[in-house]
Amino acid sequence: MTAYLIRRIVFALFVLWGAVTIVFLVLRLVPGDPAQLILGSDATAAEIAALRTQMGLDRSLPVQYGHYLGDVVRFDFGNSYRYHRDAMGLVLDRLPATLQLAVVAMVIALVLGIGLGVVAALRVNRFADRVVSVFALLSQSMPSFWIGIVFILVFARQLNWLASGGRGGLDRLILPGLTLALPVIAILIRLTRSGLLDVVHENYIQTARAKGLGERVVIFPHAIRNALIPIVTVAGIEFGKLLGGAVIVETVFSWPGAGRLLIDSISARDYNVVQAAILLIAAGFVAINLIVDVLYGYLDPRIRLGR
Amino acid sequence: MAATTSVQAPPLLSVRDLTVRFRTRAGTITAVDGVSFDLAEGETLAVLGETGSGKSVTAQALMGLVPRPAGRITGGEIHYGGVDLLTRPAAERRRLNGTDLAMVFQDPLSSLNPVFRVGTQIGEPFRRRRGASRAQARRKAIELMERVGIPAAARRVDDFPHQFSGGMRQRVMIAMALALQPKVLIADEPTTALDVTVQAQIMALLAELKAEHRMSMIMITHDLGVVAGVADRVMIMYAGRVAETGPLREVYEAAGHPYTRGLMASIPEVSGQRDRLTPIPGSPPDLTRLPGGCPFRPRCSFATDVCAAERPALLPVPTRPATHLAACHHAEEVVTDGVAG
Amino acid sequence: MDRTAVAPATDLLPPPDDVAPKAGKPLGRLRIIGSLVVIGLYVLAAIFGPILLKYDSVATDLGARLKPPGTTLPDGSFAVFGTDQVGQDVLAQMMQGARVSITVGVATLLLAGIIGVAAGLAAGYLGGWLDAVLMRLGDVQLTFPSILLAIFIASILGPSVVNVVIVLSISNWVTFARVTRSQVLSIKERDFVDAARTLGARSWHLVTRTILPSAIAPILVVATVELGHVILAEASLSFLGLGTPASTPSWGVTIANGRDYLSNAWWISTIPGIFLAILVISFGVLGDALRDRFDPRLRSM
Repeated sequence: MTAYLIRRIVFALFVLWGAVTIVFLVLRLVPGDPAQLILGSDATAAEIAALRTQMGLDRSLPVQYGHYLGDVVRFDFGNSYRYHRDAMGLVLDRLPATLQLAVVAMVIALVLGIGLGVVAALRVNRFADRVVSVFALLSQSMPSFWIGIVFILVFARQLNWLASGGRGGLDRLILPGLTLALPVIAILIRLTRSGLLDVVHENYIQTARAKGLGERVVIFPHAIRNALIPIVTVAGIEFGKLLGGAVIVETVFSWPGAGRLLIDSISARDYNVVQAAILLIAAGFVAINLIVDVLYGYLDPRIRLGR
Repeated sequence: MAATTSVQAPPLLSVRDLTVRFRTRAGTITAVDGVSFDLAEGETLAVLGETGSGKSVTAQALMGLVPRPAGRITGGEIHYGGVDLLTRPAAERRRLNGTDLAMVFQDPLSSLNPVFRVGTQIGEPFRRRRGASRAQARRKAIELMERVGIPAAARRVDDFPHQFSGGMRQRVMIAMALALQPKVLIADEPTTALDVTVQAQIMALLAELKAEHRMSMIMITHDLGVVAGVADRVMIMYAGRVAETGPLREVYEAAGHPYTRGLMASIPEVSGQRDRLTPIPGSPPDLTRLPGGCPFRPRCSFATDVCAAERPALLPVPTRPATHLAACHHAEEVVTDGVAG
Repeated sequence: MDRTAVAPATDLLPPPDDVAPKAGKPLGRLRIIGSLVVIGLYVLAAIFGPILLKYDSVATDLGARLKPPGTTLPDGSFAVFGTDQVGQDVLAQMMQGARVSITVGVATLLLAGIIGVAAGLAAGYLGGWLDAVLMRLGDVQLTFPSILLAIFIASILGPSVVNVVIVLSISNWVTFARVTRSQVLSIKERDFVDAARTLGARSWHLVTRTILPSAIAPILVVATVELGHVILAEASLSFLGLGTPASTPSWGVTIANGRDYLSNAWWISTIPGIFLAILVISFGVLGDALRDRFDPRLRSM
């Protein structure tokens, strides 16, 4: 287990470093002048030159990179051009809102995704299974921004049940949470269904029946416990993807999270905030992946205790 | 069907005309075709046959484990405890597993749940069916593990299946099967996946346990040598049917079916003369396209026209004791030929 | 991690196949044909629609704005799906949007496909450090949420159709590379490749003539499913203002524009979304059906 953990941690650090480097390179190697990009087309040559010096763009690339790495490690992303305060601080302020949304979405996705997947597997090829499979197909194919809009239209405007925007309690959380959860629900349904169907053919399930255990006990926990292992991994990865999907959902529902800040900053060309937000979300993603790796190692005794 | 037991008491288990069919992509096959046999209390029956002979499916049918929906029991009776099991609902049959009928499978690595501790799995029947507490079940599990010869049981009860060697895993399976003291233990090729030295140990263990618990055993195997010291009677299966059955010594000395003869001749003998191995000519039958009449005919040196026309019934072999039956039109000839040669 | 089971202790044929669709072949063919028909209709609409029903991105007709579906406009034309906030016919916009989405989708797939397949071939066939580097790069990229990567790059490059294609190709080459690589790895050890090699075939010939044709089927399956994802991704980017420019009426842009008019003109946002969903679903069904036909093992992709 320790060897496994170390490998995963090293990989996570490597990915983080990769993300940081990519952000650095893209911003500087893209045709055009980053300083010009930030200041816009009506900036004077003097302003651009000043910003270039301030950003260190007149140094050589490796030197810039070194400075950049140093800044990143100290969480120093410069100041927000719009709000005139520390860029990373700005992002961190908005982070709890995004996390709240992501967690709610994940809970919904796990309950509905795994639950429906189990139902579909137990009633395979019958009506319930077909309905669930169609639902999964639809959830995966419908653009989340559109679904969000339709939800707002139906539930908030027409039926006036729920609020349509802004942060708040359960009534404001449920629509964006559900919208964010839908693609994950679809994936979890498929995985749970096929995973459970595969496990049910394994020899140890036959053994469980040979011991005289009833079908319900054979499924819970004998089959499920094994089927769950790969599902947990995917669920974890999907949680990370939720962080990306949150960008869209926050925009549609005017949810004041880091994702929306990112989009707003992009249109305002506030690149310090853009960098800070991208890297923070990426770091969150990597951290979640790492946690999932650890969880997976723990759940599978063959990894936990070595082969 | 004539009686096949040699003791006076009514048989513990009585199977009549059992038929199991499977739907496969290649067509419907009759994996078990009219199989009948009895099992007396305390008796060990060896079921011998190649892959595809239907021996494992027969065991599955007894335990209600025939994989559905592709497989179906389409006919026959299984009499146990005064009741025909095939007329009872599945849940009731399931309850007999563990308490009356138990099974040990061929590959203990894939037959044990990899994510549960061995002690949990062995103790599970006590917890779920006898209402035992976790502590009680654990004690019973350690007891059983010691009984089957697993060293340091108290420590190893918390280990996972992958942490045991092949032979130890099979002992775990045996412990698990014996938990509720079943009356019939079915062992489906229990030693095939194990080393030769370990095989002997496991067989010895089974013999001991059988005597201790007064259990009946059905030992399924393709290797006669393995069961030679343990079995009372033997039943040889071919293409889903019983080819021959009778007391072990009797069948061994005077085989009445050409297939049995072939099996005996193809066993390598470590001691004794180093004769050449005589494999049975031809290849195992294609169950989707069985020839009419006797299924062994294409590979049989005794075959005549009647073998193609008529399916041989399982009847006592002429000139031999009434408990020795063979399904062959030329049984007497086979016996004479064997004894002479 | 290996969880393969020894064949069940039954001396019989493979375990019952009660998982595959019961009807087997006929249902599979229906799925393939049905989805191809729908996709074909979209392609036709994309090619001929804008010709038949003209869409001018700068024209405004305020007298005809925000009319509900089924209205006959002052100039006599019939707005099947209503008009938008500047009086443009929604159907005309959607067909133009279909053109954009399908073009972007196909272009992205070609670009990502060529890069990915080439990378996969190189990694699989040549192995060694090239394989290690490419696969690490792919792993690192996959651990990054693709939409985030797309947003970031798009934010730098700015909204334009070409940029969208570039951005989405960068996000998607990895899947192609992985599939190709695993196919190459499993095929290159097979006998017929060895046979060709002993006959003196050179590497290039080996790769293109023997390995590639066998690998095509799974790549096609992946391509079909990815096309649906790419179209969705392009719509999402456009919705955020990072995809096609605001003047190009891709579906994402149209839906975004309609947000402000949800209360009085719900059709602007809703109807293009329905058509977008139908197209993506068709690709999904087609991909599933192709995969079931050629190789059920790709189920996880």
